[in-house]
Amino acid sequence: MLEIKGLSVAVGGEEILQDINLKVEDGEIVALFGPNGCGKTTLLKAIMGYKEFNITEGEIIFDGEVINDLPINQRAELGIGMMFQRPPVVKGVTVRDIIEMTGELEAGHDKLSKKLNVEGFIDRYLNDGFSGGEIKRSELLQLLVRQPELLLLDEPESGVDVENVELIGKTLNSLLHEELIIEDNELTRKELHEHRKRSGLVITHTGHILEYVNTDRAIVFMEGKIVCKGNPGEILDMIKENGFEECKRCNQVI
Amino acid sequence: MQSSDMNDLDDLKTENKNEHEYKDDLSDLSEDEKENLKHAGVDPDTDENSGQFLMKDQSVVHCNMPQKAVELMDMEDALDKYEEIKNDYWWNNVSPNKDEYTQRVKQNDGQGYFIRSKKGQEAIFPVQTCLYLEHSGTIQSVHNVIIAEENSEMEIITGCTSKKNDKEPRAHLGVSEVYVKKGAKVTYSMIHNWDEDVKVRPRTSVTVEEGGTFISNYVSMKAVKDVQMNPSAHLVGKGATSSFNNILVAPPGAHLDIGSQVYLEAEDTSTDIIAKALTTGGEIISRGLISGEGKQCHGHLDCQGLVLSDEGRIWTIPELDGKLSDIDLSHEAAVGKVAQDEIEYLMSRGLDEDEAISLIVKGFLSAEIKGLPDVLNKEIEKNVQKIENNAF
Repeated sequence: MLEIKGLSVAVGGEEILQDINLKVEDGEIVALFGPNGCGKTTLLKAIMGYKEFNITEGEIIFDGEVINDLPINQRAELGIGMMFQRPPVVKGVTVRDIIEMTGELEAGHDKLSKKLNVEGFIDRYLNDGFSGGEIKRSELLQLLVRQPELLLLDEPESGVDVENVELIGKTLNSLLHEELIIEDNELTRKELHEHRKRSGLVITHTGHILEYVNTDRAIVFMEGKIVCKGNPGEILDMIKENGFEECKRCNQVI
Repeated sequence: MQSSDMNDLDDLKTENKNEHEYKDDLSDLSEDEKENLKHAGVDPDTDENSGQFLMKDQSVVHCNMPQKAVELMDMEDALDKYEEIKNDYWWNNVSPNKDEYTQRVKQNDGQGYFIRSKKGQEAIFPVQTCLYLEHSGTIQSVHNVIIAEENSEMEIITGCTSKKNDKEPRAHLGVSEVYVKKGAKVTYSMIHNWDEDVKVRPRTSVTVEEGGTFISNYVSMKAVKDVQMNPSAHLVGKGATSSFNNILVAPPGAHLDIGSQVYLEAEDTSTDIIAKALTTGGEIISRGLISGEGKQCHGHLDCQGLVLSDEGRIWTIPELDGKLSDIDLSHEAAVGKVAQDEIEYLMSRGLDEDEAISLIVKGFLSAEIKGLPDVLNKEIEKNVQKIENNAF
């Protein structure tokens, strides 16, 4: 699905990411941990194609194609979708406008948009005065109608209350696992997992979202580099206990 | 940009009022003329329910009003029929000595439209008026009176447009006096669709009585040579409200100096003024003034500017004038470019860069403005594409 080879990214001449190597297989969901400012969001925005994030070395390969030079919209067309942590306000453009222009609310999604309580924000200007929960639900709805293959999720649980974390987490999980389409089938967990083809990169600080989104593995970022890989639960426990200092120490040992 | 010299006015003549022939049916106009009118929000083929008025140069060539709730007349006929117009309304809101343009209108007075909504009645369809400038080297001079009687309601769409021709100077001078009586509501939408050789000086003043509402929507998106206007509303009755929405686009060569002034003279009056200015190379001065004179009045002024070309200029001049302690006036103003993060955000949903920019620009022009008539929205939509072609 996604392969990142020797990727270095600079912003305004300053190198933020150094020599990142990362592979996300079809159907795989990877959690990204790391302290603030370590480059997690930079990685997601570089994959999405933001101009500000200048690729100085390396390659981003999506479904076998090098996408370094593709504009954002073409990456979106290929099947990459991002859920932003702090999306900009776009005055005069409603959530409904963008939904109607960029995707389709198919029958299967109807139920979901109801679950997402879209009535409260769908006819308001994008992100204009939205609460934390509304931002997330609007972002999710925008992803949902496009059904991306690779989901880049930047702190899906930040700034929302417990109720919304659950709603967002469950919705994301069903999007990732395609339960929307096969909802009524009585598949075993194993079959579900095999059926899964969407992949995800999930940035999380608190790890709350991992209670709902089943991640396969986790990586830890420090100062623009990947310093650790492993089981999401174990890494989260370790971070909770020792903070990122332990990662630093561990990395030095390696 | 300030046009103090109207010496060139002296070289322009005013056409005879019998120059153009009266037409019973607007669908008899030439295709070119129809197209032109459509850009000014008046559809000669389809809007027969509304009531339509067309003045070409100085000639009233069409005037028809099927709606019972409202009168629409050639000003000359109205002056003959209703003595009270001269007594109570004629040069009452606007002084003939205001400036050289009003003086010039006074010299050649009497042509224009008279619109009156009847007491307690509501006009279902918008009244459509069109002022059309055809001949080169001429001044179109118009004097209109609009009266909304107590507890009546109407919507007026005025389209101002010109026939494209050789670049001889032309001018449009228009005095409009609007009277909104107790509890009445008037929505007055104007589309300017002038050519680049036309100088435009509208002079509009509105009085709003107790509980009355006046809403003004103004759209100018074409490369007009030079428009200068600063209509005023005087809210003289308790609880009167007004709302001014200006949507201004200046292509290269256009000069727009557009303001709105609202005087909150009575208790509990309120207004908002929203001005959206966008340049692709022309100059815009966007003014706004709210004067707080009545107890517990409140007003908000919002001037937003988008500069899409280094050749262009947007100068916003928001003014608040508080004359009592018990008032609440505020303004906000911002001038800048299309934000890169907004473009990229929309691109991440699959729109290409041009689509994203045009959506943002369209959103910018119409955001926060509620109840804009469809014709204005359509005109904005049509022009967004042109804006893009000019600027990128």
